[in-house]
Amino acid sequence: MTGLLGIEAALAIQLALLVPAIGTVLIALTGRWPNLRDTIMVATAATMFLMVLEVLPEVLAGGRPGVVLFEFFPGLTIAFEVEPLGMVFGMIASGLWVLTALYSIGYMRGAGEQNQTRFNACFAIALFSACGIAFAQNMFTLFIFYELLTLSTYPLVAHKGNDAAKKGGRTYLALLLGTSIGFQLIAIIATWWMTGTLDFTDGGIMEGHVGHGVGAVLLVLYMYGIGKAALMPFHRWLPAAMVAPTPVSALLHAVAVVKAGVFTVLKVATYIFGLDYLSELSTTDLIMYVAAFTLVAASIVAIQQDNLKARLAYSTVSQLSYIVLGAMLVSQFATIGGGMHIVMHAFGKITLFFCAGAIYVASKKTNISQMDGLGRRMPFTMGAFLLGALCVIGAPPMGGLWSKWHLIMGAADTGQVLMVLVFMLSTLLNIVYLLTPVVRAFLLPPNDGYRGGLKEAPFLCVLPLSITALGSLVLFFAAGALYDLLAGIFTG
Amino acid sequence: MDVFLTQLPALQVVLPMLAAPIVMLLARMPRTAWAVTTLVCWLTLGISILLAQQVFAAGTISYHMGGWAPPVGIEYFVDSVNIIVLLIISLMGAISMPFARRSVEQEVAREKHALFYAAFLLANCGLLGITITGDAFNIFVFFEISALASYALIAMGRDRRAVMSSYQYLVMGTVGTTFLLIGIGFMYIMTGTLNLIDLAQRLPEVNDTRTIRAAFAFIAVGISLKLALFPLHLWLPNAYTYAPSMITVFLSATATKVAIYVLLRFIFSVFGYELSFDELSMEFVLMPLAMLGILIPSIVAVFQTNIKRMLAYSSVAQIGYMILGISFASLLGLTASVVHLFNHAITKAALFMALGCVIYRVGSVSLDRMAGIGKQMPWTMAAFVVAGLSLIGIPLTVGFVTKWHLILAALDGGLWPVAVFLMATSLLAAVYIGKVIEAAYLREPAEGTEPVREAPLSLLLPTWALTVLCVYFGIRTSLPLDMAGRAAETLLGGYL
Repeated sequence: MTGLLGIEAALAIQLALLVPAIGTVLIALTGRWPNLRDTIMVATAATMFLMVLEVLPEVLAGGRPGVVLFEFFPGLTIAFEVEPLGMVFGMIASGLWVLTALYSIGYMRGAGEQNQTRFNACFAIALFSACGIAFAQNMFTLFIFYELLTLSTYPLVAHKGNDAAKKGGRTYLALLLGTSIGFQLIAIIATWWMTGTLDFTDGGIMEGHVGHGVGAVLLVLYMYGIGKAALMPFHRWLPAAMVAPTPVSALLHAVAVVKAGVFTVLKVATYIFGLDYLSELSTTDLIMYVAAFTLVAASIVAIQQDNLKARLAYSTVSQLSYIVLGAMLVSQFATIGGGMHIVMHAFGKITLFFCAGAIYVASKKTNISQMDGLGRRMPFTMGAFLLGALCVIGAPPMGGLWSKWHLIMGAADTGQVLMVLVFMLSTLLNIVYLLTPVVRAFLLPPNDGYRGGLKEAPFLCVLPLSITALGSLVLFFAAGALYDLLAGIFTG
Repeated sequence: MDVFLTQLPALQVVLPMLAAPIVMLLARMPRTAWAVTTLVCWLTLGISILLAQQVFAAGTISYHMGGWAPPVGIEYFVDSVNIIVLLIISLMGAISMPFARRSVEQEVAREKHALFYAAFLLANCGLLGITITGDAFNIFVFFEISALASYALIAMGRDRRAVMSSYQYLVMGTVGTTFLLIGIGFMYIMTGTLNLIDLAQRLPEVNDTRTIRAAFAFIAVGISLKLALFPLHLWLPNAYTYAPSMITVFLSATATKVAIYVLLRFIFSVFGYELSFDELSMEFVLMPLAMLGILIPSIVAVFQTNIKRMLAYSSVAQIGYMILGISFASLLGLTASVVHLFNHAITKAALFMALGCVIYRVGSVSLDRMAGIGKQMPWTMAAFVVAGLSLIGIPLTVGFVTKWHLILAALDGGLWPVAVFLMATSLLAAVYIGKVIEAAYLREPAEGTEPVREAPLSLLLPTWALTVLCVYFGIRTSLPLDMAGRAAETLLGGYL
């Protein structure tokens, strides 16, 4: 079965990876001609998205198209295979890259950033890595792209090159590399040593090979080793990454990087451990409580942040734990809910970051306390902010409702009443910290003496954020299709 | 042709040995001296490759020097273990020679060029001789040939401290080889033979004597000095730091590797697994020293501001990884160690070559002078980054292949804490390499420094050749892993 362009799924997988790789080279080579370079970037993003979509029909039909690149060690391959979760993550990352590419042209030029060629090239490598993570057929392939994603985003975080950026970059690299090499890799090697495979397999690979005691240790190693999922106390890298230019925060630190983390958590839980095996481990509950704590604690920290991007970052930390918690509930409902939340939160949070960047470009404001009355100057931006905020909160009529619905259903289903309460509490906290900026912007008079009329950010900034805001609205109605796709995890 | 092919083991050593005096006579024609040396180095590589083909096609080669049958005559002996080391030495010689021309022209006085290349050939010959010979006394002699040549080469560095560090190396190196000689002497007294295979057959009868135990201790300590096993590594950082760039490249890739090979030969082949591990429990000596040797020099490396010195300490740490693999005394552990001989050789040589490029343009590799160099020398620093990732052990580089197997070996031996330790220490490499990358790319050049151009092609090409190898063998892992696996099997099987 093929998609719109009639390309075989296996070929489309390779093209989806190849396109950003080639795009990186072209971007690096055309640095002297900014217009050409940026055109290539957008074209790369769009082509990649199309290629990812080519894979969709076969996955929807229940297939698992794949391709083996080469054998690394005997029995261990670099291979790709697309299952529903990977399909969803791949579509989200590549689809939102198209919008971010447009946005980043407006932002980087509007904000007068330096070294745009390096920036765009690293961005393309990051998307290449995200795609590799999404489509990985085994844990080893995933790990390679996971590391590549960390390395390729480091220059983006430290982009400005000043002391704050370098310090942020260092924290970023130290925590992500430290956890992945210190915990995750060792868990991977131990898994390989004990089970003889690292393939993502329905029902997991641990059962019958790994005792429950060792399995419990491995679970902790995996969950903390996947530092990109930002479980406390290894969450500091995410706020640190906020020194990056906003397009990075928007696509990478609200979507590609962090979602790669929780995506990996879901993959490991369902295809390495398997839900049945997971439910028998003594540490599953432990990680669940850690996630619940992170979820609430990060929300409380978010309330205290005046810097808008910092607040959004802590909000992301909190939202990521929704998904980890979902995985640890060990219920099909919650797992699907986690998968849905990857999408819903991606749309909501990228909108919010786009808005934060647009506000910065148009008015150089970074703090919430400066944003009184901003709604009159930037009605489109702040309107989109409202929609994005509602989506993250999970209020109707936004897509975020459905993912939270399923997560809470999963918690109720498994009898975890406390977790239901945690979700509820966090939702209330979400309302507090996400709606205050909107309320101040629309209802309070300007506190900076601004008397002028409408003054929006550049068109290329406002267009993408409007699209994502509307997207999170559309998702409310399209959630059924998403559910059907994700249900394939357990039926495929 | 057949005559030529049967004489390959001798030619491997004799060719650079005989070329050395000829090169020395070319004192007035430094370019010719360089050209002859380069030719010889590439021929040496050709011989190694032919030998490798023979070994893998027909098995172990035994060559009787002068037609005298062993154990009376001297035997040269090529098997699946030392062919790897021969390949490493001759490959490094061949790749570093094109690099040498511009680099040596700048760093060594013109009238000394012929001497330099002659000494280089002798060092090369000595290392190849240690590796290929099947005679214990020969090992000592070649150790001295390579060491004396290395002392001279290191002393030719630009910095005046080079002389002092060469002297330091001389003192420590001489103690090492003397210990080795004493050990060999004890064995000779007890068995009446110097042939390694013959020794392996005769030693079991006298294993329980104090003399043989003492010989074992002398040899182990002597070689440990030569291979810079922590805490006997003190000569290494200075020697690597102040030697001419090209010599740092060559020695870091070969000298310690050869010493490790000799250690492997003695403890597995000559003394045998039973004596070394079952009776004398070498693992309890090697493992703690290896782990300390990984940890402490890695930490010291983090605080270095001279990047050459930083990488020198890193070399000590990497030697720790190889010794750790040996201390597992298992097939997996030995495979990891042997493959790391090769992996570390190409990784570290690539890094030192990149630094050689920087020295060629900037004249210094202090952290401050490296600031902002990433933009001025993009190709050089890109090579440094890639090779640096290999040193850290990022997937798809050769460094990762080693790390993977070392950790598997640790788990296989039931040593979970060691596996965790390995992971943690590899992060230290990330810290010191990260410091260099950050300075090169994120810092602005200091006020008042002249911007420099990219290094010339003759320096860049060898650097990138090695860098590409780091990635190529990090992806196509089967060739080095197969060879290392066979070597490990051979070692565990002993000579018999």
